[in-house]
Amino acid sequence: MGITRTPTSLTQSEATRGGIGESTLRPDGTLKVTGEFAYSSDLWHEDMLWGYTLRSTVAHATIASIDTGEALATPGVYAVLTYDDLPTEVKHYGLEIRDTPVLAHGKVRHHGEPVALVAADHPETARRAAAKIRVVYEPLPVITDEASATAPDAVLVHDGREDHHIGHVAHPNIVHRQPILRGDADRAAARADVVVSGEYVFGMQDQAFLGPESGLAVPAEDGGVDLYVATQWLHSDLRQIAPVLGLPERKVRMTLSGVGGAFGGREDLSMQIHGCLLALRTGKPVKIVYNRFESFFGHVHRHPARLWYEHGATRDGKLTHVRCRIVLDGGAYASASPAVVGNAASLSIGPYVVDDVDIEALALYTNNPPCGAMRGFGAVQACFAYEAQMDKVAARLGMDPVEFRQINAMEQGTVMPTGQLVDSPAPVAELLRRVKSRPLPPERQWETTEGADVRALPGGLSNTTHGEGVVRGVGYAVGIKNVGFSEGFDDYSTARVRMQVINGEPVATVHTAMAEVGQGGVTVHAQIARSELGVTQVTILPADTRVGSAGSTSASRQTYMTGGAVKNTCEAVREKVFDLGRRKFGTYHPAWATAELLLEGGRVVTDGGEALAEIADVLEDEVVDLELEFRHRPTQAFDLRTGQGNGHVQYSFAAHRAVVEVDTELGLVKVVELACAQDVGKALNPLSVVGQIQGGTTQGLGVAVMEEIVVDPKTALVRNPSFTDYLIPTILDTPTIPVDVLELADEHAPYGLRGVGEAPTLSSTPAVLAAIRQATGLELNRTPVRPEHLTGS
Amino acid sequence: MEFLRPASWQEALAAKAEHPSAVPIAGGTDVMVEINFDHRRPDHLLDLNRIGELEEWETGEDTVRLGASVPYSKIMAGLRRELPGLALASHTVASPQIRNRGGVGGNLGTASPAGDAHPALLAGGAAVEAESVRGSRLIPIDDFYTGVKRNALAPDELIRAVHLKKASGPQQFSKVGTRNAMVIAVCAFGIALHPDTRTVRTGIGSAAPTPVRARTAEEFLAAALDEAGLWESRKAVPPAVAKQFAVLVAAAANPIDDVRGTAAYRRHALGVMARRTLGWTWEQYRGHGSEQGSTSCA
Ligand SMILES: Cc1cc2nc3c(=O)[nH]c(=O)nc-3n(C[C@H](O)[C@H](O)[C@H](O)COP(=O)(O)OP(=O)(O)OC[C@H]3O[C@@H](n4cnc5c(N)ncnc54)[C@H](O)[C@@H]3O)c2cc1C
Repeated sequence: MGITRTPTSLTQSEATRGGIGESTLRPDGTLKVTGEFAYSSDLWHEDMLWGYTLRSTVAHATIASIDTGEALATPGVYAVLTYDDLPTEVKHYGLEIRDTPVLAHGKVRHHGEPVALVAADHPETARRAAAKIRVVYEPLPVITDEASATAPDAVLVHDGREDHHIGHVAHPNIVHRQPILRGDADRAAARADVVVSGEYVFGMQDQAFLGPESGLAVPAEDGGVDLYVATQWLHSDLRQIAPVLGLPERKVRMTLSGVGGAFGGREDLSMQIHGCLLALRTGKPVKIVYNRFESFFGHVHRHPARLWYEHGATRDGKLTHVRCRIVLDGGAYASASPAVVGNAASLSIGPYVVDDVDIEALALYTNNPPCGAMRGFGAVQACFAYEAQMDKVAARLGMDPVEFRQINAMEQGTVMPTGQLVDSPAPVAELLRRVKSRPLPPERQWETTEGADVRALPGGLSNTTHGEGVVRGVGYAVGIKNVGFSEGFDDYSTARVRMQVINGEPVATVHTAMAEVGQGGVTVHAQIARSELGVTQVTILPADTRVGSAGSTSASRQTYMTGGAVKNTCEAVREKVFDLGRRKFGTYHPAWATAELLLEGGRVVTDGGEALAEIADVLEDEVVDLELEFRHRPTQAFDLRTGQGNGHVQYSFAAHRAVVEVDTELGLVKVVELACAQDVGKALNPLSVVGQIQGGTTQGLGVAVMEEIVVDPKTALVRNPSFTDYLIPTILDTPTIPVDVLELADEHAPYGLRGVGEAPTLSSTPAVLAAIRQATGLELNRTPVRPEHLTGS
Repeated sequence: MEFLRPASWQEALAAKAEHPSAVPIAGGTDVMVEINFDHRRPDHLLDLNRIGELEEWETGEDTVRLGASVPYSKIMAGLRRELPGLALASHTVASPQIRNRGGVGGNLGTASPAGDAHPALLAGGAAVEAESVRGSRLIPIDDFYTGVKRNALAPDELIRAVHLKKASGPQQFSKVGTRNAMVIAVCAFGIALHPDTRTVRTGIGSAAPTPVRARTAEEFLAAALDEAGLWESRKAVPPAVAKQFAVLVAAAANPIDDVRGTAAYRRHALGVMARRTLGWTWEQYRGHGSEQGSTSCA
């Protein structure tokens, strides 16, 4: 059919043993490095059309009229769609709240909102035709911050809200609010010898994944549609797409295409519904690919935030209380804002023991770009602020910042502000000890026998200093992130595993709907199947919706959840194999009935190591094929008044030490080293674990010193939607990242593992900020730090 | 859009005369970005890539004639000694991929105030060799930049080469960006000491509508060096002189606030870069410090 498939299938060769705990190689690794991997933007179908999205050029306006006549008359154009063309009564979608119109309805609420769609036989024709659509906007006042959002006479971003949060928010421009009250902060404050407060600002970070939003929708003969797309959660997409198309879910068949990174930015829909609508309307396959500029409008960003904190401590360094208020800017649509609020609130004081807290987190509706999921999800913004506070308190007490943290560090048995008991290892003090005890990189590390190596200096190749004005700083931070979906969400993953004999060899086939977004899930699934089933040959099928949901590739959950599901199904398959064996061979050897049985090296063996039969002989022509769901421990919603509740599944912890050189005259920063220590419970693939930690660390560095979407506060227009001005770290900005991995098992999790992906993103940013503060003596209450913040100009 | 592919320089000049609105394309690292973003939809593209001599340079007794399309990577590798300021500036442009394609002709054609070659060309006292079917002329670099992204070329002219005096003294280039590589300048500064004429020339990038020289600063410094006989004595530049030079460089800029930085920061940074690069060049002139004060890197 001419569809370019993403080669996520893998069949391991005989020689590969490759069970869990080994750093087996990724099946997609070589293809990606050599440029041969097919991403969703490479999808192609004979006879296909190209879709294009016309987006709003203003942030907040009523749409007086849309004239599509000239666009439709353009030769090569097959369809032009607006809100009025939507086929059913369901015209909105959303992760939790269905507040997002598929196409703007009478109003646009943010810069770059989809207004109309064009399908044409050439991408350029589609784009030019879209430029001929005449949209008349009548400007509305823009809501851009808390003051403008919650003013009594504020324009409502959404009229007539009926979602389940409207009942407990003080203003309709607040999406959700979560307080947490525990102990008595007022009384505890009276015991404090020092009280430190601060206001902090976190800029808007973008996921900046390299593969822009793209996909291909192919109309099917049964009136349904086949959708190939890069996403993070196929089944969540499906649930939102099908009703808008007026199709039952079984008629919308989704297949994961090659995903070029996600980081949360693909949790929400982008081109999915648009592509399907155009395909169904034209009866032809339709491909949509955003370019880099459009991608900045095609997905949600990390919530920018304002945070107020008050910490108290006694002279001997014990925290007495924390009060905080976290205001997240959710932008024009809810996306994941409610869950981000829950995370920000429940993780707001960090990995510390504090019995008396008064916490509030909320997300606003504004006309800024919509914000939602991004690696670290609400915990990132809080960590930036509470870690700055911890340094401030330590300084006031005249204590070492690491020692002060260690005195207050949580551990197994600590009770969270939500009342939840931390019932697995929480080695916070130990992680700090590890990063602190590393030797520091040598002073004046840029000096060589031939002069200064500018690559090792702030400014790098731009040749701004040869050592002049450069001051070193060292900073520490530690963070806490939840793993898995929280607050009572029914979070599960499905895995189908088949075991059969092919050419005399037992082969396992693993089928899940897990989105491989680059995290290495497919590698780990094969490792799990090998370990559990004692086979060397494992085939991983492409992810699609023919199998049950795998949940989202987010919240650091996939190795735990879909990995857990693969393990769980493998175990059931293994039992079936044992049953078959008992039936066939049980009478020949008593161990079949009495011993603990294992599958190892292609055989059924006893725990004493005695081989009972070849798996191939047990199976012969039988195929064992099971599809099972796997759930983590149930969680509870947070009480809406007190925030109490066992809301989280698991916590993960990482600590960083940052070493920076700052050109104090020019305000330029070179991060020299970012050492990390993290507890991962069990490293299923040690190399992937280190990769995740280094990647997360680098993304945290990005928002410390350069990454920010700049939105004009007067117009709410995005000012830098390009990689020319939205800067992400190059390899020259990326420091040495030594990683220290701890493996303290969590007995509640598969293999004792702890989700890895997000925790390193948290503490990286505040560690870099702390180091810059130490070098400059400046307060720096805002991230990212820009040169003018350091020079005062 | 028509794609013209002249096989020789003469053909290219003829094509440009016939289609004055044709847009020349050399490395394409500016042109293709403009086209991809649909900022520009020329009727004709005039491909210069078949004209080999544009990628060559000639070194005479005192001067270098640098072909318009010599890529930055070749300038860095082959002209470090003759054109140290331009070689340093070339090294700060973009990434290795872009440096293998882009060159000075394209930078001049675009004439963006943020183009990195400009401060070095201003400081080096370059002249742009422009040619058309009507003939050839040398445009002094001081007259080349006529407005924001505008230059002195006539519609039928192409840039054949850039003429630069071989360095008779130390040169430096420094640029501020908020990333340590692959970054558009927030502001940039070039300086060249010309001991043969006892002059100093400078160039400022990204801090005015066009690339500019800091003439008052140059004159002040030349006079100060002369008065104190420093060209002969090779003694250190008094800190007060360096400081005043920095103040005058900052004053020569006319920056704006934009998404890349504030006007105040740009002025401040120019002062710092002026003081530092003066220090590096003068130390080198005195015989201290390495050739460029920094090690080479890929
Ligand atoms: C990712 C990226 C990063 C960049 N980073 C930087 C940077 O850090 N610093 C910087 O200065 N620039 C940067 N640029 C811009 C660009 O690379 C430079 O301006 C480069 O010098 C352009 O050279 P070129 O040969 O590619 O020009 P082209 O794109 O081919 O042409 C540029 C302009 O010059 C005209 N032109 C070209 N040759 C001639 C000629 N012989 N006669 C008359 N007109 C001519 C063209 O018509 C066009 O108007 C970057 C570009 C990209 C894509």
